[in-house]
Amino acid sequence: MTAETLDNAAATVEVHDVHKWYGSHRVLDGVDLTVRPGEVTVILGPSGSGKSTLLRVINHLEKPEIGYVSVNGELIGVRRQGDRLKELSERAILTQRSRIGFVFQNFNLFPHLTVLDNVAAAPVATGKLGKPEALELARELLGRVGLADRTAAYPRQLSGGQQQRVAIARALALRPGVILFDEPTSALDPELVGEVLAVIKDLAKSGTTLVIVTHEIGFAREIADRVVFIDAGRIVEQGPPAEVLDKPQHERTRDFLSKVL
Amino acid sequence: MSEPPGAAVSLAEAPPPADTPSKPLAAQRVLPLRRPGRWIATAVVLVLAAQFVHGLVSNPFYQWDRFGYWFLRPTILDGLLITLEVAAYSAVLGLLGGILLALARLSKSPVLRAVSWTYVWALRSIPLIVVLLFLYNFSALYQTLSVGVPFGPAFFTFDESRLATDMVVAVIGLSLNEAAYAAEVVRGGILSVDQGQHEAASALGLPKGYQFRKIVWPQALRSITPNYVNQLIGLIKATSLVFYVSLLDLFGTAQTMGATYPGDIVPLLLVVTVWYLILTSVVSVIQFYVERYYARGATRTLPPTPLQKLRTGLTDLRARIRREAAV
Repeated sequence: MTAETLDNAAATVEVHDVHKWYGSHRVLDGVDLTVRPGEVTVILGPSGSGKSTLLRVINHLEKPEIGYVSVNGELIGVRRQGDRLKELSERAILTQRSRIGFVFQNFNLFPHLTVLDNVAAAPVATGKLGKPEALELARELLGRVGLADRTAAYPRQLSGGQQQRVAIARALALRPGVILFDEPTSALDPELVGEVLAVIKDLAKSGTTLVIVTHEIGFAREIADRVVFIDAGRIVEQGPPAEVLDKPQHERTRDFLSKVL
Repeated sequence: MSEPPGAAVSLAEAPPPADTPSKPLAAQRVLPLRRPGRWIATAVVLVLAAQFVHGLVSNPFYQWDRFGYWFLRPTILDGLLITLEVAAYSAVLGLLGGILLALARLSKSPVLRAVSWTYVWALRSIPLIVVLLFLYNFSALYQTLSVGVPFGPAFFTFDESRLATDMVVAVIGLSLNEAAYAAEVVRGGILSVDQGQHEAASALGLPKGYQFRKIVWPQALRSITPNYVNQLIGLIKATSLVFYVSLLDLFGTAQTMGATYPGDIVPLLLVVTVWYLILTSVVSVIQFYVERYYARGATRTLPPTPLQKLRTGLTDLRARIRREAAV
């Protein structure tokens, strides 16, 4: 697989029988998941259910002990050697990650760089674009998330909602085939949630593959093609929002939804 | 007040005191609390400070005329130059060594971690003067130094006595010592960078070297700077020990001159003191601006420079005078 297969085009994500332990604690217990190109998948589940870990396994921020992830058929973080999986070099993993966008709950913008440099840094550092092209792209993306006038500001001079929109622009700057969102609105004041969700909604319409961990059930109902409910490291049920959210088949899903709705 | 006991008094209806013009209560300025204790303490400290300065100036023991004579003597300035040279080389080499040691200590290899820990442990335990004297006698322990395959053949061989000038010995000694302390300062700075920054950098696929140079290091410098400057000031003063490996630095020169002119020992010590004060002050000013530079983005607004502080102070004062005049 070459880089081009992942660039620009919406990607397929496949998670195969992933197991993950933290010490003796089992966080993921055999998760299988397929996300089709352009599909918006929302992962729901109680806290500690493993949903964030699942997301972090997809871009190899966490290494699964058993199982593997592939994006557009390319194994992430490992390669096949005979009938075994072998860990890739750090450099190769970093290259793969540059094709998978990730948006954090706490934004994790680089506080010492301006908003513009935050967005332009990765395309330059990974050699995808020259500096002038990267700055131009950054301006365009910041305009897209409604922050064209804040390019010279430092992240801490912005509100939480603005920071998260910068973080989304930063992820977009690498033109990823899939973007992963780890509770993108959980650290925000209630009145700022809407502006971030609006940006994500725009992305969903543009046909990028999105995998979103969130607690915003209403938002999930509105934009998800598929809702995945996960508990104790296992996928309990999945399907269109109309089925999982309105007619849940499992007791645990019903129980969870009754608490958050 | 001559009110009948038990009469209800409301603020609005209270009769105004005879000596002040009647003005609604809300329109009047709140009188600030008087703090007599603070005034007394201030006066005492001022008197003590004045006494100290007076003593410094009037006591013939200090021989200020001799101080004037020595302060800019070429021999003192030569010594100062040596001090600056030794301090500058050691500061740079010490910091580089410190960065390497800190990275080794933070690496995933247990061997590198152990070596780094042991180095810091040893060099922080041995007094600097002992390190210097060891190095001074080094050429007696190892006559030649060779570059080659470890335990194997040598490619180049140096005659140690020619390589190890007093300056080299002093710089190496101070650098070895400085690196041990700098390592801890740098390590602390790197650890102070939020884990989320490392995660964001690797999630974006930034190359490893770029992550360190452009993301982690600039943020670490914010906490490294004040600690390292502390270290640097210590280093500048520690250079006075190189006198014992026969290098005539600022202190060494004063010491030697004092032996030749025993009557001038006190003014010579004053010369040394004032020069060290100047060096420390220069470093502190540089520190202020370096810290301010690395505070970009860390705080919403940068700390003001002394000039800016003065300007806002004057503006505030003017506004206050105008306000008082209006009330």
